[in-house]
Amino acid sequence: MNLNTLTIKEAKEGLKNKKFSSVELTKACLKQIKKHNKNLNAFLTVAEKEALEQAKKADELIVDGQDLPLLGIPIALKDLFSTKGIKTTAASNVLKDYIPEYDATVVKKLKDAGVVIIGKTNLDAWAHGSSGENSDFGPTKNPWNTEYVPGGSSSGSAVSVASDMCLASTGTDTGGSIRLPASFNNIVGLKPTYGRVSRYGIIAMASSLDSIGHFTKTVEDSALFFNITAGKDLMDATTLSNPIENFIKNLDKGIKGIKIGIPKEFITGIDKEAKVKFEESIRVLDDLGAKIVDISLPYTEYGIAAYYIIQPSEVSSNLARYDGIRFGNGRETFGSEAKRRIMLGTFTLSAGYYDAYYKKAMAVRTLIKRDFDNAFKKVDALISPVCPTPPWKLGEKINDPLKMYMSDALTVTANISGIPSLSIPAGFYSNNLPVGIQIMGKQLSESSLFQIGNAFEKQTNFRKQKPKL
Amino acid sequence: MLGYNNCMKIDVPHVAKLANLPLKPEEEKKFEKQLSEILNYVEKLKKVDTKNVETTSQATGLENVTREDEAKPSLTQEEALLNAKSQHNGFIKVKAVLEQ
Repeated sequence: MNLNTLTIKEAKEGLKNKKFSSVELTKACLKQIKKHNKNLNAFLTVAEKEALEQAKKADELIVDGQDLPLLGIPIALKDLFSTKGIKTTAASNVLKDYIPEYDATVVKKLKDAGVVIIGKTNLDAWAHGSSGENSDFGPTKNPWNTEYVPGGSSSGSAVSVASDMCLASTGTDTGGSIRLPASFNNIVGLKPTYGRVSRYGIIAMASSLDSIGHFTKTVEDSALFFNITAGKDLMDATTLSNPIENFIKNLDKGIKGIKIGIPKEFITGIDKEAKVKFEESIRVLDDLGAKIVDISLPYTEYGIAAYYIIQPSEVSSNLARYDGIRFGNGRETFGSEAKRRIMLGTFTLSAGYYDAYYKKAMAVRTLIKRDFDNAFKKVDALISPVCPTPPWKLGEKINDPLKMYMSDALTVTANISGIPSLSIPAGFYSNNLPVGIQIMGKQLSESSLFQIGNAFEKQTNFRKQKPKL
Repeated sequence: MLGYNNCMKIDVPHVAKLANLPLKPEEEKKFEKQLSEILNYVEKLKKVDTKNVETTSQATGLENVTREDEAKPSLTQEEALLNAKSQHNGFIKVKAVLEQ
């Protein structure tokens, strides 16, 4: 049995019953990284020495009888999460030598929960991208077929979990950056409610849209991980003070009678096979006893247009701080995609264009949000495909930014509205690449999403299929 | 009302200057085409009637979040300077902004 293939839940049990140690578990992950990272380029930094120290410490605590929620579990962090003493690059040449002096709140919380941080993962630089190809340090490859993109922007985080280099990883989702790579890799990805997880210490992309989430092998693991990361943080004024429940509480309740809406605008015009796959998923939920309801979200078609005004506007403001003076390199070291977004945002916020672009997009944001508010009066959750197309080949869309942006057509509206969405494995295309579905709910409804996701996962077991590396 | 015409063209050198972004000549050309395409696409928002629709700048509904203004432990001067490439006597050294 390869320890690195375990889920968090399985590993916790094994560690607790002393079937193996955290050092052994961590070494199994490090071995997998050494074997496959050269080919997949999932990790930018492997913190071997620090990881083994943390694992040793975890083993001592276990012997001591301590029971921290994630004690001794090896995880990876997207290289946007500030880690004290460990290089944090945003996969950009601007920050290629930057070593933070503090931990992001989420990193601190995870450390307090006992995790072993095994390394920092690759991404589209600054989280700008849908394919992982915008990294200044080379693209990440899809472990299911290395000629294909793994999805982005949290490309390395998704691949590290899918290829069993760690048990879970963190990600950020501003327009689909967790859900899309989760669906391209046959793993579970959570984009929480906006404000439920602190953004403090995580390099900002678009501050009103950035959601801090994670990748796991199962829905239950996703809930266990969320138990640690969710909650109010005084260092992030946009975090919500709603009480944090135990997110596994509804996990095994089943979905009999639960009303699940199918937004018709999310299926119009998508790839043929994507539609067939999605219909198969609807049947599974129907068989499990859910009540399937047709829903209309008429403003969906304006999602990408609104998003590609709001997001670059916020990007241009956030990236204005990089001047190469206090830290990092100069502005000439930004890559092409960052430059595009900085200019787009600078333009849409500039005098004479602000009303026509930015203000208009913020009004459309209201309408998109209202669509969801109305839908959740009728249904408990909505499901849709994650991506309108199957995974594409490396290089296929890289010279056509607008085409690349369209890959996010089904994911951006959740960010615009601040609602949570869970991406789960939903089978495979005829070329054997994975496909996912997303389950969306009203704000703060993560427990219900885990409940639906868990029922689907237990019924289908797609997650048990692994890429042949 | 300031509107946008049917074929939006973006003045890349001007915008790059506003954004303090040094560009190479070949980049200017490439970006002008790509950014114009994106701007033409987002013009579809013009079709949406947003009369009397309030704007949404963030989705939480939170308002006026404040905290006590108390001094808390923070980075030392040494730590804060750790990543600054150009330093002098414990300060960050920058190029002169004003001319003599």
